[in-house]
Amino acid sequence: MKIYDGGKILVGLIIFIALFASPFYLNMGKAVAKPELKFDTPEIQQMEKETGKKQCVEPKEFMRAEHMQILNNWRDEVIRSGNRDEIVILGHKYDKSLQNGCMKCHSNKKDFCDKCHNYMAVQPYCWRCHIAPKEKQS
Amino acid sequence: MSMNRREFLKIAGVSTIAGLGGTAVFSHLGKNSLEAVQTSPNTDALTGKQWGMVIDMDKLKSEETIKKVTEACHRIHNVPDFGNPKDEVKWIWTETFEHSFPGQEHKYMSEDMMHKPFLLLCNHCTDPACVRVCPTKATFKRKDGIVMQDMHRCIGCRFCMAACPFGARSFNYRDPRGKDANGNPFIKEENKEYPTRMIGVVEKCTFCVERIEKGLKPACVEESNGALVFGDIDDPASEIRRILNSQYTIRRKPELGTGPNIYYIIGGNDYAVVPEIR
Repeated sequence: MKIYDGGKILVGLIIFIALFASPFYLNMGKAVAKPELKFDTPEIQQMEKETGKKQCVEPKEFMRAEHMQILNNWRDEVIRSGNRDEIVILGHKYDKSLQNGCMKCHSNKKDFCDKCHNYMAVQPYCWRCHIAPKEKQS
Repeated sequence: MSMNRREFLKIAGVSTIAGLGGTAVFSHLGKNSLEAVQTSPNTDALTGKQWGMVIDMDKLKSEETIKKVTEACHRIHNVPDFGNPKDEVKWIWTETFEHSFPGQEHKYMSEDMMHKPFLLLCNHCTDPACVRVCPTKATFKRKDGIVMQDMHRCIGCRFCMAACPFGARSFNYRDPRGKDANGNPFIKEENKEYPTRMIGVVEKCTFCVERIEKGLKPACVEESNGALVFGDIDDPASEIRRILNSQYTIRRKPELGTGPNIYYIIGGNDYAVVPEIR
C-alpha cells in the first residue's frame, strides 16, 4: 500500500499528537498545590475566643463534601415550607441562609468559597443573586 | 447439602425480612446522624391563613407618602431602577383609576378621582392565575396565602406575566447588577441582607415574607402612616376584617375570579365643591 504524500502526513500527525498531548507531559509529575482554606475571619476568631472552639453546623469533613446539599435543603425548607427555624451553634443563633447565615462567619468569600471552587473548576451561580459580604481578612 | 422445599422457603422468608428490616435500621441511623445539628424554633413569625391588605385612599393622599412607601419597598428588596418604562421592575407602583379598575370609570367622574394615583401591588390572589401556568412550580401559594416565587427555579418563560391580569410581575430584561450609560448602578444602594435578582427572571412583591416571618409587618404598611392595613382576611377578629365589615371596599378585576386580596377604600368623602344644581 502506498500513501500519497505519506511523509508530510506522518510528520503532520506526529506534530499534531505532540501538541495535543503537550498538557499531559508538560505537567507530568508536578503536583498542584491543594487549596488551603482560611478559617480565621474576625467572626470565627471571636467565636474561638468566647467558646474555645471553632464549630460549624456539621463536622468539617461532612461540610466539605455535603455543604451544597445542606444549602439546597435550607433553601427548600425556608422558601417552600416557610420553616425558618434557626441553627444553634455553641449557643449562638444563625439564620438558615447563605447570605445571612454562612457568610456571617465565613466573611472571606475569596479565601473560602472561591479557593476550592476555582481549584475544582466549578462555577456555582449563588453569587449572581446573593450578595457576598465585604471581604474580611484576619 | 440437601434441603427440602419447606426449609428453603423458611430460610428465604427469614432472610428477606432481615434484609428489609436491616436496611430500614441503617437508613434511619443515617438520617439521625445528619440531623445532629441543633435548631431553635422560629416563634416570631406572624401567622395567618390568607394575608390581605386594605388600602385607604382617603388617608393615602400625599405624593410624599406614596413615594416613601414605594422607596422603602424597592430599597430593602434591591429592586433595580432601569430608568425606562419598558424595562421597569415594579413591586409596588401607582396607576390612575381607569387603569386600576377598568370598566368602573365614567366620563362624569370627578377630576380628582380620575387623576389621583392608586397604589398597586401583587394581589396575592386566592386562586392565582400565575401559579396555575408556571411550568416549573417556581411560583406557588404558601399556606399563609402569600403568592411566593422561588427564584432558584424561575426559568424566565414569562407565562406568569401573561397570566397575571394585574401586571404585578416584571421581567428582568437587563442585568439588575449592571450600570446605566452614565455608570450609575441600577440598584442605588444594595441591601446586603437581601439578594438581588439576575437577568432573565421574573419578580414581584412577596408581601415581605422575610419580615412577616420575623414578626414584622410589610415595609409598605410600616411606612404608610396607617393608610395601608395588613392582616389575616380569614380571621374574623382581625383589624382588616373590622374595616372590611364597616367600610365599602372594592377590588381590582374581581370578575376574573382570581380572588384578589388587596381591598381599596376609594374615598372621596371630602367633596371639594359641590356644584349648584340648576
